[in-house]
Amino acid sequence: MVDPRTTIINTRLKQIGRIIAVSSGKGGVGKSLVATTLALTLSRTGCKVGLFDLDFTSPSTHLLLGVKDAQPKEDKGIVPPQVNGLEYMSLIYYSHDHAAPLRGVDTSNALIELLAVTQWGKLDFLVIDMPPGIGDAVLDLVRLVKRIEFLIVSTPSQLAFETVRKQVSLLQSLKVPIIGVVENMKMTQASTVKRETEKLGLKFLTEIPYDPKVEESIGDEKKLLETAPAQKIRQLVAAKAL
Amino acid sequence: MHEWALAEAVIATAQQIAKKENLTEVREVSIKIGELQQVEKDILRFALSQLKPANFKNAKFHITRAKTTLKCRACGNTWLFREQGLDKETAEAIHFVPEVAHTYIKCPKCGSPDFEIAEGRGIWLENIKGVR
Repeated sequence: MVDPRTTIINTRLKQIGRIIAVSSGKGGVGKSLVATTLALTLSRTGCKVGLFDLDFTSPSTHLLLGVKDAQPKEDKGIVPPQVNGLEYMSLIYYSHDHAAPLRGVDTSNALIELLAVTQWGKLDFLVIDMPPGIGDAVLDLVRLVKRIEFLIVSTPSQLAFETVRKQVSLLQSLKVPIIGVVENMKMTQASTVKRETEKLGLKFLTEIPYDPKVEESIGDEKKLLETAPAQKIRQLVAAKAL
Repeated sequence: MHEWALAEAVIATAQQIAKKENLTEVREVSIKIGELQQVEKDILRFALSQLKPANFKNAKFHITRAKTTLKCRACGNTWLFREQGLDKETAEAIHFVPEVAHTYIKCPKCGSPDFEIAEGRGIWLENIKGVR
């Protein structure tokens, strides 16, 4: 018995320029915010961009984007709807506001199913919002998506960076490209994360100051793009640093 | 036509196996579909017939349906999935991503959503036969 779904995944993704997984060893560091503002920013430069929320058990990009009634269309698979200019895919279309308590094997199966049946079409970028850690989602993307690249988010906390260090070590040992590290929610002048990132042989992309206005921007694209994270991401995109 | 995407996956995989086994022509493809995903057999068969490449022109597709067995991890209860009783929206959600069964279905004995889909989840390619 063979699972036929994995064979078709790279065919589904072949018209996509770059596939960027926004990831971190720790939860709560701002992955969803970075992924969403990155996708919106790239889209505002005229690129065609998809955003895929792979944090199945704790999705939040739909809240950041203020997704209301969007639903995929069925056409030789699933065609993601356009939300704020993005081709947007999430398990919330099917689990709605209910809990989706998934163990590893179920996470893996749902991920394979959505990669196998989602018809993204032609995109310049697909941004993937990852669940925290180096579990099933990371291992499956590395195994199944040939051209995956990782963008890693940390906070200034030593606790966050130590998990990042483990994630980097895993990805480097598997020879998976890492675009660099973004330091989010910075509140001091300390340059520890920058220094430690460079010691790992990685690019330190930017530091994002803690911005209390992020909370009130949730669900409002205009306000979201005015936050400190969006401004810093815009500078990165403009400088072609990604 | 979500079945179309699954049919494409079946053909691509069967083609890969045929190449590996040096089959010049594929004559039979056996597919198993789990009840949980509620794949429409006729639509799947139609999609397969439309998608088959030249070396599959005489291929027959055998599609069998497998019952879905769910096993509760909390109390050990085992039961069979029944589509009946699910509202249309829930049935459709499970059709697209069978794992959302964990959102809508609970163990009938203890009420836990922590169950294993022991058998009959989705689509499997069982076997292919052909000539070298």
